Amino acid sequence: MKKHTIVALVQDRPGVLSRFVGLIRRRGFNIESLAVGHSETPEISRITLVVESDHVEQVVKQLYRLIEVIKVSDVTDDPTVEREMVLVKIHSTPTTRTDIISLANVFNAKVVDIGTNSMIVEMTGAPGKVENFIDVIRPFGIKEMMRTGRIAMVRGARGHQASEYVEASNGHVAQPLN
Amino acid sequence: MSEQRTGAQIMCEALIREGVEVMFGVPGGAIMPFYYAMWEYRDKLRHVLCRHEQGGGHAAEGYARSTGKIGVCIGTSGPGTTNLVTPLADAMMDSTPLLAITGQVFSHLLGKDAFQETDIVGITMPVTKHNYLVKNVEDLPYVFKEAIHIATTGRPGPVLIDITKDAMIAKTVPNWDVKLHLPGYKPTYTGNRRQIREAAEMLINAKKPLIISGNGVIMSEAAPELREFAEQLSIPVVTTLHGIGSFPEDHPLSIGMPGMHGWVHVNKAIQECDVLFNIGARFDDRVTGKVSTFAPNAKVIHVDIDPSEIGKNVKVQVPIVGDAKQVLQALLEELPSAQELSELHSRMGSWISHIREMQSKHQTRQQYFKRDENVVLPPADVYAALSKTMNERGNYRVVTDVGQHQMWAAQLLDYYRPRTHITSGGAGTMGFAVPAAMGVAIAHPEDTVWAICGDGGFQMTNQEMATIIQEGIKNIKIAVINNGYLGMVRQWQELFENKRYSGTPLSGPNFAKLAEAYYWKGITVERPEDVQAAIDEAYATDGPVLIDFRVEREVNVWPMVPQGASIGDAITDVSEL
Repeated sequence: MKKHTIVALVQDRPGVLSRFVGLIRRRGFNIESLAVGHSETPEISRITLVVESDHVEQVVKQLYRLIEVIKVSDVTDDPTVEREMVLVKIHSTPTTRTDIISLANVFNAKVVDIGTNSMIVEMTGAPGKVENFIDVIRPFGIKEMMRTGRIAMVRGARGHQASEYVEASNGHVAQPLN
Repeated sequence: MSEQRTGAQIMCEALIREGVEVMFGVPGGAIMPFYYAMWEYRDKLRHVLCRHEQGGGHAAEGYARSTGKIGVCIGTSGPGTTNLVTPLADAMMDSTPLLAITGQVFSHLLGKDAFQETDIVGITMPVTKHNYLVKNVEDLPYVFKEAIHIATTGRPGPVLIDITKDAMIAKTVPNWDVKLHLPGYKPTYTGNRRQIREAAEMLINAKKPLIISGNGVIMSEAAPELREFAEQLSIPVVTTLHGIGSFPEDHPLSIGMPGMHGWVHVNKAIQECDVLFNIGARFDDRVTGKVSTFAPNAKVIHVDIDPSEIGKNVKVQVPIVGDAKQVLQALLEELPSAQELSELHSRMGSWISHIREMQSKHQTRQQYFKRDENVVLPPADVYAALSKTMNERGNYRVVTDVGQHQMWAAQLLDYYRPRTHITSGGAGTMGFAVPAAMGVAIAHPEDTVWAICGDGGFQMTNQEMATIIQEGIKNIKIAVINNGYLGMVRQWQELFENKRYSGTPLSGPNFAKLAEAYYWKGITVERPEDVQAAIDEAYATDGPVLIDFRVEREVNVWPMVPQGASIGDAITDVSEL
């Protein structure tokens, strides 16, 4: 099954995240990560979803059934900037400390906490680089790890500004059936 | 008009503004303020007190399905709302416009396991098109307007509004001048012209085209356009279970119902056709059978208002997202003149004769009347008499429950107009018939409403017989097809599980006596010679009537396409397994 990165614009109403995740769960799709936060337009949030599926067009189409979902794009094959942050609490001793710090420097990671037998390192980067960092640091002993999940933005003029969709709908009233 | 109103009064006024006239519900603690306010508006807003919220929900469905207007049901917090889950799920599967208004505990008690508190918004997220929790009285005018808009537009569906008791009690000056803000909800009604032209081209040049018409045609009020379109191109029309009524069954182009219990010639026609025009139907698994073998020779045109249905089950060559009525109107505009179609008509002549020939070889209704000496009262006799009487008297609507009797009602009765055949299709909810028939009867006092149920489904929701008496509803007749089994399950156990009748033999009360206990007229029929007399007596009675038809216990629905088989491989007898 292929991994897909999906970016969705949703109206920021109570329960929208629950509905979004609920729909994906109901259809049996496996969520690898989900990140959500406010967008540049008030009352509109952006969700970045990484999902494993062979039927991604069905996921996308079904997400549109939700009233608050404004736009859904599968950006897996688009030129995107993708980032993820990780905090790792690494087992460290006076002898291993300098090695860990120099490795962190290679990845532009920051040491944000130091203790007698552990240190917390913060690292941000493209998903591949983050995986790399974790692999490289693992031999020292990872005590705790917290990942934010990927966020993605399409490069250049393409992609979608939330305001376009909100403006287009102002004054629009979908006509009733009969 | 700029005086303060309570939330409950605002709710009543919002409903009246949206044209609601009837509501079905059961009061309770959390929703008492709404009932208090309802009293003032009772000349404009009729409340029907039901015996179970599920009955109220199905009644609202029957009302909605038979009118096209939104059906409204009410429940109080806790169990009142959970009793609405089944009708909501049913409405979701069949795209019925429904509004469920539920009471919720006081806002300050939310999340504290208060008396009769339930997170109904959480529970119903998967079974509603949308839902709301209102804690603020000021939000009520907007929420009601938006909720009803969502329920009745695009692909219709059920919407639930959960309102805290304090929001109903609080007062405010309502702002009715609200504009809907729905950037994420923009249904498409006008189909793409290019696709429509392509579809028209395809159909004009087809050698063996077929139309499949579904619920969408009825919901869109597109029956007249469908008829004109089919006639102009002389294309035979197939109607799904929910499409029954969208095309008159006595029309020369009408060929019948497809799928698991569809007639053999209909399924064969689908397997042979070269262009399949599917409008307002969603290629449900009961219609397609094994999807990979469905309509192997056909190019598929799919017209649907919900884009996520197109390509979901069946690969489509020409997708058209839009409203059935508007798309058909546009298609009619794209058709060439009658003269240019004359060649098409002669081609269609031989295709249609071929289908009729198949129909005569694979008997349809006749197979049910093969007389077996050992059978006392075959169910088919009941349907034959009902069909004859309904045709003679006219002005009828049929509501069915779920099971064998439901399939027989679809196969053996006759439907000529939309909204005269109402059944639970997608969800197949037993207990649908009696309450839904109540909703239909209230909506159509001029028609005779037949509720056809099995003895199993009847026993699930029959308490609404009391509601029917309390409301003075007279135009309902219930026909219980009583075989002492959960019939459809028994059939599957006979065919696939070596007759292991586990959990299917079913006893019940003396249904006619039960009816009399509810102050109805009750009639028992055990012999074929009594069938017509009972039906005539039912019509002659000025009031609700129940007929207990004690039919032959083990009779099967034929044809049958076993689950997972190709629709081309229907069986018509046990021996074929």
